Amino acid sequence: MKLDSKIPEGHISQKWTDYKDHLKLVAPNNRPKIDIIVVGTGLAGASAAASLGEMGYNVKAFCFQDSPRRAHSIAAQGGINAAKNYQNDGDSIFRLFYDTIKGGDYRAREANVHRLAEVSGNIIDQCVAQGVPFARDYGGLLDNRSFGGTQVQRTFYAAGQTGQQLLLGAYSALSRQIGLGRVKMFNRHEMLDLVKVDGKARGIIARNLVTGELERHSAHAVVIASGGYGNVYFLSTNAMGSNVTAGWKIHKQGALFANPCFVQIHPTCIPVHGTNQAKLTLMSESLRNSGRIWVPKKKEDAEAIRAGKLKPTQLAEEDRDYFLERRYPAFGNLVPRDVASRAAKERCDAGHGIEANDTNEGVYLDFSTEIQNKGKQAAYAQGNHNPSAEEVTKLGKAWLEEKYGNLFTMYQKITDENPYETPMKIYPAVHYTMGGVWVDYNLQSTIPGCFVAGEANFSDHGANRLGASALMQGLADGYFVLPYTVSNYLADEIRTGKISTDLPEFSEAENRVKDSIDKFLNNKGSKSVDHFHKRLGLIMWNKVGMGRNEAGLKEAITEITALKEEFYRDVNVPGNADELNPQLEKALRVADFIDLGQLMAMDALQRNESCGGHFREEYQDAEGETLRDDENFSFVGAWEYKGDDITKEELHKEELKYEFIKIAARNYK
Amino acid sequence: MSAAKNINITLKIWRQKNSKAKGNLETYKLNDVSTASSFLEMLDQLNEQLINDKIEPIAFDHDCREGICGMCSLYINGRAHGPDTGITTCQLHMRMFKDGDTIFVEPWRSRAFPVIKDLVVDRSAFDRIQQAGGFVSVNTSGNTIDANATPIAKDDADKAFMAAACIGCGACVATCKNGSAMLFVGAKVSQYALLPQGKVEATNRVLNMVRQMDEEGFGNCTNTGACEVECPKGISLENIARMNREYLKASVK
Amino acid sequence: MAKSALLKSSIAKKYWMALTGLFLCLFLAGHLAGNLQLIFGDALQFNKYALFMTSNPAVKLLSYVTYISILFHAVDGFMLTYQNVKARPVGYAKSNPGANSSFSSRNMAILGTLILVFIVTHMVNFWAKMHFDKNMPLQTITVEAMGQKQDLYLTTNEGYLPVQQVAKSYDEATKSGLQTYIENRTEFYNTQAKVKVGEGYKDLHKITVAFFKDAKYGLIATILYVIAMAVLAFHLLHGFQSAFQSLGLNNPNWTPKIKFFGTAFAIVVPLLFAIIPVYIHFFLK
Repeated sequence: MKLDSKIPEGHISQKWTDYKDHLKLVAPNNRPKIDIIVVGTGLAGASAAASLGEMGYNVKAFCFQDSPRRAHSIAAQGGINAAKNYQNDGDSIFRLFYDTIKGGDYRAREANVHRLAEVSGNIIDQCVAQGVPFARDYGGLLDNRSFGGTQVQRTFYAAGQTGQQLLLGAYSALSRQIGLGRVKMFNRHEMLDLVKVDGKARGIIARNLVTGELERHSAHAVVIASGGYGNVYFLSTNAMGSNVTAGWKIHKQGALFANPCFVQIHPTCIPVHGTNQAKLTLMSESLRNSGRIWVPKKKEDAEAIRAGKLKPTQLAEEDRDYFLERRYPAFGNLVPRDVASRAAKERCDAGHGIEANDTNEGVYLDFSTEIQNKGKQAAYAQGNHNPSAEEVTKLGKAWLEEKYGNLFTMYQKITDENPYETPMKIYPAVHYTMGGVWVDYNLQSTIPGCFVAGEANFSDHGANRLGASALMQGLADGYFVLPYTVSNYLADEIRTGKISTDLPEFSEAENRVKDSIDKFLNNKGSKSVDHFHKRLGLIMWNKVGMGRNEAGLKEAITEITALKEEFYRDVNVPGNADELNPQLEKALRVADFIDLGQLMAMDALQRNESCGGHFREEYQDAEGETLRDDENFSFVGAWEYKGDDITKEELHKEELKYEFIKIAARNYK
Repeated sequence: MSAAKNINITLKIWRQKNSKAKGNLETYKLNDVSTASSFLEMLDQLNEQLINDKIEPIAFDHDCREGICGMCSLYINGRAHGPDTGITTCQLHMRMFKDGDTIFVEPWRSRAFPVIKDLVVDRSAFDRIQQAGGFVSVNTSGNTIDANATPIAKDDADKAFMAAACIGCGACVATCKNGSAMLFVGAKVSQYALLPQGKVEATNRVLNMVRQMDEEGFGNCTNTGACEVECPKGISLENIARMNREYLKASVK
Repeated sequence: MAKSALLKSSIAKKYWMALTGLFLCLFLAGHLAGNLQLIFGDALQFNKYALFMTSNPAVKLLSYVTYISILFHAVDGFMLTYQNVKARPVGYAKSNPGANSSFSSRNMAILGTLILVFIVTHMVNFWAKMHFDKNMPLQTITVEAMGQKQDLYLTTNEGYLPVQQVAKSYDEATKSGLQTYIENRTEFYNTQAKVKVGEGYKDLHKITVAFFKDAKYGLIATILYVIAMAVLAFHLLHGFQSAFQSLGLNNPNWTPKIKFFGTAFAIVVPLLFAIIPVYIHFFLK
């Protein structure tokens, strides 16, 4: 299979404009004759469904949650990037483009990323017009903050709930279209297969999660915006329901799956506390603006802390190792996520971890310096040029509360510790997946008519995503890219007419789904779905996690084959098909995670280099930094499904050409 | 971290096969629950035990487990989201309970939120209220004015944000003795009423959203203030007052 | 187009509750000022006040507004309560409302119903007598002159009429040959000329004092009255500040002041009302 990314010719800054101008259109009177299915209602899905509905297409939107507003985009905390240069610190579209490519360790497509940077400003305009209450300064203008991997302030935010506000903005646009009858919403529905007719995506089989009924829905185009697959690790910052099923089903129908091994491990999450834990909680990256990350210099101190004999606040300044500031003086605590995560892992592996859990994995995120700095500033601002230590501390804490109050409260509720008084404990956790369904410049997968947007596709973040870029990409795809490219595809569909759901392809797909459901329910094994999911997660975390090596990856591949066999033989799925059955839902999702997990290991194994979130222990320099191999691995690895045995999948390569950016070693020192 | 320990508890949980079936409280014993677990992790643990005992596990809504998606619900020991304030059930931790405690777990109760199964309720009424007017009618072209073209006073922007922080979980309805949705609707109306973008459609918005709210069968607000106390995001009663004002303004127009 | 529903919508119903409620608070204040004359004024002053309240056209109008307000407040309240009960068909097995709301805020309907019962009995006991009772006494004073006690009617034009010289009706007057008789319960007529010569004061003061000093029922009446005022206090405790919230008057600056005033009002007004029967029963000679 030849991969055609359909990147338009021309100068990078003109590509999208010129391309857009020449895309085919569908006339307004023809749009109501065309059906579009959108799966997922996060930033990408909701914005796509709203935009397409608004254009006049018949849109059917699906989400497995009880409301489209619950999609996991809602949990994004820190912010959204846009090249507005409101802060006058030299930002520009090119710089955002450059930072994103560099941040992605030169494994993303130039043209896609530049388009993203181009529309970033529109996103902010659009959201403000929708009534998204971004943070503002006292002059009434929008405020910005800084994020990892950048040297400008281009991140727009709404306290620690930016994702929520943006999603609710998109949800409001979607709600408007639902109210107008342009979008029909299917809550508590899960897409369980794609229906292809004559090679084109023509519909989906969805399960009504309340009644258990399998429904056939036809359309002229299908948009998958179902998010990332971080839950393959069981423990992640993803929502419990986040899954890869929609993406995996289209993969099985012929869509290639790209760069599955590119997973972002976020450095600032609350460490694991026990075996019954189901979920890891992220503490926003924005905290790294104010917090300093450290571990004890001496191992004995770390041991004493773990044993509860020593408090972090008792440790003298010279006994602390601010390892990010030490290793990366230029960016300090604001290095990109992959770099920060690996550095934390390196320290913990070396025995300096401070959390008293099974693995001792945890480092400190300390706000005491910031309390002093900001406290002094605040005192001066109040005209107090000789503040007492208490006054400084008090004002500093007040500053922190204003900026991060909700995050601090959340931390305290979860851990029962007061981060104003004692440093936060954090550790990296799986957060975002850069890999996903392979799409061309139109965001179309290798199945005609099947588009993939947001985290579900692989397109914009290369091997590592910079903070505050996921929200940007989701909305860019949904608001500003898909409306053009989907229309371009549909321009040839105006004569097709309504697609019947009585076609044999629909019955075949429905039967496939029905069979797998029946199989699980009749299995009557001895172990719960979670049991297998946790075991898969452990394999993935230990062997396909932050540090990977050839032997481990090979073991992972074998172990997953065994696990898959055992899963199908011994899983116990209680309940029936014709009712709300969360265990059945989980089983269907975990089945796909098992397959994907194996593919991730294979992808990691073939990529004999270290880049971004993919760190192969064999490929590092003397200082433990990643060693990229641009000569041999400057490509997108896209896998083709070849049947139930995932190890038989075939790798296709899309060469990455850098015409406008000079490739360089990624240096944050 | 205060040292985590294990406790044994008794749970009285509402079980209901489906929306038509009659439900009842069932009693379950669960041992060795870590006080560091969240309430939902405790339910996971119970479900694991039930599956192993060949009893159908308990259905409950949950998703993000970090207090923002608004999917989790549960009326725990007589309070929405349990015996703590400013949190959702997924953020409630077992350290709030003592060894030997009996814990009642019930679904949200409201005519507008019918039970689907066990502890799962249907909150789509909230979606329909939003569809009736919870938006600014602007197309998603991106060709709007520059985001900084209209300065908005920080105080208004902050208040709008605090209203918009609502997660739509329905705790306000569940906890209100009248099953009123005024805090939810008030928050949405307020968000737009405070921003210049929302002013254009303010009249129709408040009238339409209130009409839809009434049609859904929610009760009336009697200003008990329970919603404000139990709201995981601390949405203020001021938002209800603002909606009352907006509705009055719209009505006399 | 959106339609407002100024009677039907849930919010509008609350406006009416708030407006009628606040009006009734004003009424309470006025009523209290009048009642306090039972302690601080003499019988004549009180009865003069009672006459003013029943005869002045402006006051009359106001009283009709009050009756309507009470009715509206009650009917609207019942409708709201009915809808609220319907909004939760299945209740909670365990509920801990004390954790998030006050007793009075949760029990406005019950408190209100009790107050309505009180208002009805109160009106039967006093208002109805004042308005309709044929045997409503007229105010008299007893003077002792020359070693003899004599009862005199007081007339509104500041005159006196010896009670012995006034017949209860025209028929009685013709029979007994008295020069004056009472017509229309309060008017004194000359028997020959059938001309009105004066008017007496209905002795509401006497009725009231007798009611609370009644040997058999006085104590229980006093106790019930005090209880009713306690109920009113709880109703006002929530109702006063709640009315402002319903009308959309909530802001960080004013709300604490309104709440403070509301609490003070809810305590002071019923307390003063309650002191009156206690004073009459136990202390009035």
